[in-house]
Amino acid sequence: MNSARKRDLVMLIFGLVLYGVLQMMISTKIIGSFWELNIILICVNIILSASLNLINGYTGQFSLGHAGFMAVGAYVGVVATVKFGLPLIAALILGAIAAGSLGFLIGLPTLRLRGDYLAIATLGLGEIIRIVIMNIDYVGGAAGFKGIPHLTNFTWVFFAMLLTLFFIKNFVNSSHGRACIAIRENEIAAEAMGVNTTKYKVMAFTLGAAFAGVAGGLFAHQFYLISPTSFTFLSSFNYLIMVVMGGMGSITGSIAGAFVVTFISAALASFPEARMIIYALALILMMFYRPQGLFGYMEITNVGPIKKFLDKISGTKEAVT
Amino acid sequence: MDFVHQLVQQLINGVSLGSIYALIALGYTMIYGIIKLINFAHGDVYMVGAYIGFAAVTIGNLPILPALLISMALTACLGMLVERIAYKPLRHAPRISLLITAIGVSFFLEYTSMYFVTPTPRTFPEVMPNISFNLGGFIINGQQLLILSITIILMAVLTYIVQKTKLGKAMRAASFDTETAQLMGVDSDKVISMTFCIGSALAAAAGVLVGVYYNTIDPLMGIMPGLKAFVAAVLGGIGILPGAVVGGIVLGVVEALVAGFLSSTFRDAAAFAILILVLLIKPSGLFGKNTNEKV
Amino acid sequence: MFFSKKKFKLASMIACGILASALFTGCGGEQGSSGGEKKAAGDEIVIGSNFELTGNVAQYGANANNGLKLAIKEINDAGGVNGKKIKIVEADAKSEAAEAVNAATKLISDEKVVAIIGPAVTANVIAESQVATDNMVPVIGPAATNPDVTVENGQVKPYIFRACFIDPQQSEVMAQFAAKDLNAKTAVLYLDSSSDYSKSLGKIFKEKFEADGGKVVMEEAFLAKDQDFKAALTKIQTANADVIFVPAYYEEVGKIVKQARELGITAAILGTDGWDDSKVIDIAGKDALNNTYFCTHYFEGDAEVQNFINAYKGEYKTDPNVFAALGYDAGKMLVNAIERGGEDGQKIRDNIETIKDLQVGTGKITMDAATHNPIKGIVVIETKDGVRSLRTKIAPEG
Repeated sequence: MNSARKRDLVMLIFGLVLYGVLQMMISTKIIGSFWELNIILICVNIILSASLNLINGYTGQFSLGHAGFMAVGAYVGVVATVKFGLPLIAALILGAIAAGSLGFLIGLPTLRLRGDYLAIATLGLGEIIRIVIMNIDYVGGAAGFKGIPHLTNFTWVFFAMLLTLFFIKNFVNSSHGRACIAIRENEIAAEAMGVNTTKYKVMAFTLGAAFAGVAGGLFAHQFYLISPTSFTFLSSFNYLIMVVMGGMGSITGSIAGAFVVTFISAALASFPEARMIIYALALILMMFYRPQGLFGYMEITNVGPIKKFLDKISGTKEAVT
Repeated sequence: MDFVHQLVQQLINGVSLGSIYALIALGYTMIYGIIKLINFAHGDVYMVGAYIGFAAVTIGNLPILPALLISMALTACLGMLVERIAYKPLRHAPRISLLITAIGVSFFLEYTSMYFVTPTPRTFPEVMPNISFNLGGFIINGQQLLILSITIILMAVLTYIVQKTKLGKAMRAASFDTETAQLMGVDSDKVISMTFCIGSALAAAAGVLVGVYYNTIDPLMGIMPGLKAFVAAVLGGIGILPGAVVGGIVLGVVEALVAGFLSSTFRDAAAFAILILVLLIKPSGLFGKNTNEKV
Repeated sequence: MFFSKKKFKLASMIACGILASALFTGCGGEQGSSGGEKKAAGDEIVIGSNFELTGNVAQYGANANNGLKLAIKEINDAGGVNGKKIKIVEADAKSEAAEAVNAATKLISDEKVVAIIGPAVTANVIAESQVATDNMVPVIGPAATNPDVTVENGQVKPYIFRACFIDPQQSEVMAQFAAKDLNAKTAVLYLDSSSDYSKSLGKIFKEKFEADGGKVVMEEAFLAKDQDFKAALTKIQTANADVIFVPAYYEEVGKIVKQARELGITAAILGTDGWDDSKVIDIAGKDALNNTYFCTHYFEGDAEVQNFINAYKGEYKTDPNVFAALGYDAGKMLVNAIERGGEDGQKIRDNIETIKDLQVGTGKITMDAATHNPIKGIVVIETKDGVRSLRTKIAPEG
């Protein structure tokens, strides 16, 4: 058992403690239902931002179509539970498979594009997905899918989030992840070093899309009704904002970004007219003072005292990340 | 109406719709050309331009031409101000931070406007006679003809500025390599500022003309046209002026044909699909030059 | 394989953690049930306004919100209800179903409102209805005309009401009007495919019109916020139908009518209550609107609506549109329910259900307890040279 695995376990325990505390506060109504809902939203958004970070931050492929994959996961998920009576777990898995497969099919041709061209292509694909859904009467079309059972709860989203984070963290730290980071740093150099760039780009894109599908499934089973208006390119922007605000290439950053953005939005709910203005200003100021995002490339597990603590627990001297 | 007649009428519809995308895309593509920023706020600058024109016409009781010029002047200042305040400090930051700032500016313009003018749409008074010509059964709208000619004239003027004047030379130099240009004595900051000035004035012209033609303006009017104009610019080859115009018109024609002969609901999807297809076949757009990336 | 002693230790720790949290959960459940009581604070009654104040349908939500605020202001200026002032807490539905749920949850759990008015758009009302029902907070959707808003699986939702008539009524009136009054044999549907409202109206119009002996020869669609409709209109022109049915909102309608006339389409154009805004005339132009008809909730020339129109103009310096009028009506209905002894959600719900012959902004209404739809008349309005006139008035049924 190496020290990296021990550190994972420490973080897992920390996660479980956090879960216990939050669950207790929700159950005892210390956290009211509004904030409970927003904690659930934060967890869903963490899944989305971490998975988008895998594509944008770690692999350096500029994708603006995340809401589209989320929509696929959401709609496949609700069809599974409502029309076929499957349990939530099956719905989430099916949603992930559907979104992942679509990500694969879309990624294969489009990932040849670079930078802004890829951005506009993925934005367009996200919109195409939304328009197609809007025209399928089987799932309610523009009116949205009504009568979705409320199956999502804090436990589900929290463990789905934990799973996502551990998966992405381990992926990034694997040899596949190294290849992805090499592509981000310099695609041509990576290719020259023998990295199969297409393979890893498509792999990251597919995985990111699949997790977006999971998030979509959780999201859909929280809100009783989903409609295509929830999955416009403006929502994709929102997830991108979370990623950049937290720090491209940092999972801690994705968590922080999703938390901050969702929290600001919820906290400003009492000032509807000024909410977006304040949000916009916060965004601009944030980019001024920390253009690399809150965490940059840093992980919380590598921050001074926390790292020392973790090293002590897992009994290592050298950093293994 | 037989098929050929309908086809021609749809082409006319498409070109006139496309000329609006083209007009907005001109400013988009200029700004992208010089600092490689997808300026998501461009659509909102266009909206502000429309509102300034509206205020000049309704509160200032001005005729359309002075209103248009005032709007272009003030919006040009706004554009430079946005660049100075929001984009300039980030010139050496990662490009993605600049993009997020642009989204922030976009939200800020949209919702500040909404705060002051309410989300209710405004209607332009009739400031320009709206005549439609009937040429052998084909309907052509006078105002759209005007928009198309303004677009083409502006494209010609801009191409002249960029290709033949000293400012244009400086712009091309700064666009090619900002730092080297600076070493060669080009005041890059000033050139970038001028580009924003021209680009925003163009957006304002588009805003006022569209406001007059379609007759409504609202604080969120810039989102979709902004996106479509960006698509048009990429389609034509981003950074290339004639490309923006051709891209806009191609986009308009595709939309009109899809709406006219297939289904209107898939019109936007078709527009994006065409974009993706073009990019896959020619990744730098219709008019773009393929450049080899070096390590 | 990996079972080391340390790992076992960790596993047992995790197990303890889960056990502990489960224990807490158990305790919490019992406490929660006793503490979930709501009360109106002191001398104020707090109601929630959950409208789309930002996003792409903000214009409708903001207008309805203005109507509601006017209704509440009037009652507060007159001394309040039973000696108590009514306070509105606003939340923003952000033109999105999920956000409507979020906003409703905030109003219910943080602000402890006794009732919610809004949102404006059907899908958003449907989305929030489960939260409201679970917490026994009544909702009045001012302008949600889709039948599914108040009914689910054939059962009326106990806490959800509306302040308007429903889509089938509108479409039936217009289909009949087309077939009987205009002697139309063929019709084209031109629908907003991004709007549930438009689609369901179109569907019912088709059924009724074909039952009356007409035929729908073409169906076309556009998307909300579109500016240019000429491509589809050119296609519609080829159908050469007697009437074109455009159940949509005023901003798009104005442009559609204008561009249709520009292309030389002279057929009658029919619409529904989404047309009801004087801006249609400004956008389309006076001449273009000749030979157009729409149905709505009230006629601005009626004597009984003058009070509301004048009050609204006095407050906001602009003419009310249909959303403002219905927001106002919803406010009046809620005030009435509170006046008759409604202090908590349950009582208010009961009182809304028994509203009878209540004078609201757009006329007199009676709530149908079986469907939670108000029983009210429909008027068909003709526009000629920029002036609206009452074409027919269909009295409320029952």
